[in-house]
Amino acid sequence: MTKTIALKIAIASGKGGTGKTLLSSNLAAYCSQTQNTLLVDLDVEEPNDFIFIKGTTKNVSYQYKMIPVWDESKCSFCGICSINCKYHAVIQLRNNITIFNGLCHSCYACSELCPMNALPMQKYKIGEIKTIVNQKLILVEGRLDIGEEKAVPLIHQIHKQVDKKYMAIPIQIFDCPPGTSCPLVAACKDTDFVILVTEPTPFGLNDLKLAVETMRKLNKPIGIVINRQGIGNADVEKYCDVEHIQILAKIPYDQKIAKYYSQGKLIFDKIEFMGSILQNIINTIEKQIRI
Amino acid sequence: MNEIVILSGKGGTGKTSIAASLAVLAGNDAVIADCDVDAANMHLLLKPDFGYTSEFYSGELAVINHDLCTKCEKCEEICRFDAISFINFQYQINSLNCEGCGYCEKICPSRAISMHEQKSGNLYISITRLGSTMVHAKLNIGAENSGKLVAKVKSEAKLSASKDGKLYIIVDGSPGIGCPVVSSLAGANYVVLVTEPSVSALHDLKRIYALIKKFRIKAGCIINKYDMNIEKTMEIKSYLNEENIVHLADIAYDINFTKTMIEGKTIVEIPSPLKKIIENIWKKIRSQLIIKKNENCIYINRKQLEF
Repeated sequence: MTKTIALKIAIASGKGGTGKTLLSSNLAAYCSQTQNTLLVDLDVEEPNDFIFIKGTTKNVSYQYKMIPVWDESKCSFCGICSINCKYHAVIQLRNNITIFNGLCHSCYACSELCPMNALPMQKYKIGEIKTIVNQKLILVEGRLDIGEEKAVPLIHQIHKQVDKKYMAIPIQIFDCPPGTSCPLVAACKDTDFVILVTEPTPFGLNDLKLAVETMRKLNKPIGIVINRQGIGNADVEKYCDVEHIQILAKIPYDQKIAKYYSQGKLIFDKIEFMGSILQNIINTIEKQIRI
Repeated sequence: MNEIVILSGKGGTGKTSIAASLAVLAGNDAVIADCDVDAANMHLLLKPDFGYTSEFYSGELAVINHDLCTKCEKCEEICRFDAISFINFQYQINSLNCEGCGYCEKICPSRAISMHEQKSGNLYISITRLGSTMVHAKLNIGAENSGKLVAKVKSEAKLSASKDGKLYIIVDGSPGIGCPVVSSLAGANYVVLVTEPSVSALHDLKRIYALIKKFRIKAGCIINKYDMNIEKTMEIKSYLNEENIVHLADIAYDINFTKTMIEGKTIVEIPSPLKKIIENIWKKIRSQLIIKKNENCIYINRKQLEF
């Protein structure tokens, strides 16, 4: 399946708050006890992994997207830019061109098709990427600026950076954004395996189905982790059975886990059964991928 | 008409359960809009009849006519989304990468590329099991423009509410701070924030509130599962105080949240201490909206005086 040496695991869910970050941070910390591990926080709208993974900040880099900037002195007001922009980000009103930075997809059409070269592209900050190191664990966090609407370009940039810098790290875990739309698709790109975290409730099941559909469309091998097992009913398990989806683990509902999580603490070394659950998840995925 | 949006930043704090409960309490005074379009759940509790369906088109996709293509490479060169690549001796479009900008169509010298509108989801206008109107949607898998679909859901809800003279629109939002959230905030009168006492939830609450501030919308906050970590609950309360966010209520962890969800009901439909708490929340929200209405009246009166 994969040609790279690294094992890239995405951790996703349709529904928010099912335990993506809980699993990502603990799985990463657990793996890093024995080998170099990379954890990438792609939930750029609300990144949370840094709360659980403390370490030394090694690097912070600002991230930009390219947007057109109007050079009034060159403009002939032909209106071509406004016609060419499918996102209504470049609007001409008489003798004025207005650019809506938030709507721009950085396709360059307005800029490169402008006969007067009156729309040069410039950098515009959308967020930052931070690297935190704790012994064998490297956390790369993406953080979208508040007010910036598009997560996808930032997610792409993180992938690119990580690909270049950390190719050799054997275990790579990607904590994905919730939902099933474009940010999730961008986040799972180029990963070898996707873990879908859900909870045994009707909401959990409904959103799990959507996430499974998405992953099937992307042709990703998947496995399910049921978090807070015991709070709801057995419908999620029945669904997995019918659809032949492997359940990698069931994490029982435990007030101690909720308590540690609320305090921003890792649980893999505090809750007795977590170690074996995490080891089992890694073993199962490796067996599936590395054949 | 008042638009009340339920948001949280962090997912899974109880937005939908609270929104559906408020919808039950508001009864026929409200139109409900489920704006969590890529993982909608409200329908599981309110059982809408999917009475009216319309397709939602948004964005375009490039299509190459291989008979006309001269393989000049230009399209591949200019595409910023890596959506065009040479596979099996042909230029092909990767539909997941294509963002529909249309640059390739414009630049193709042999006019081999055309843009086609893409269906990105469905929009429904329904009657719920309570008899109220609900506008909801389903975004296609991996589709773009959830922000646009949210805007569409809201505008349909508004239309229906003003047509029938409803007092409220109750909007269930999505997690995060990105485009669907921004769309759900546009034009809102009041935001109900649902949070829980954890480091993560507070961090996310601060980010979503920073966004809300930009819109200058009044907000109230519910601390769900407050007893999970009393210390954090106190910390959240002092944050609310600092920011002038109204503290609406504390809700203790209650298995009934899940139990009623499994029955397809809301927590205000079974007798429990929770019912009273949510009723109080709804009362508090309404009282704040009425104050706002009066303010408007005073403003109008002043204006009239000026004439």
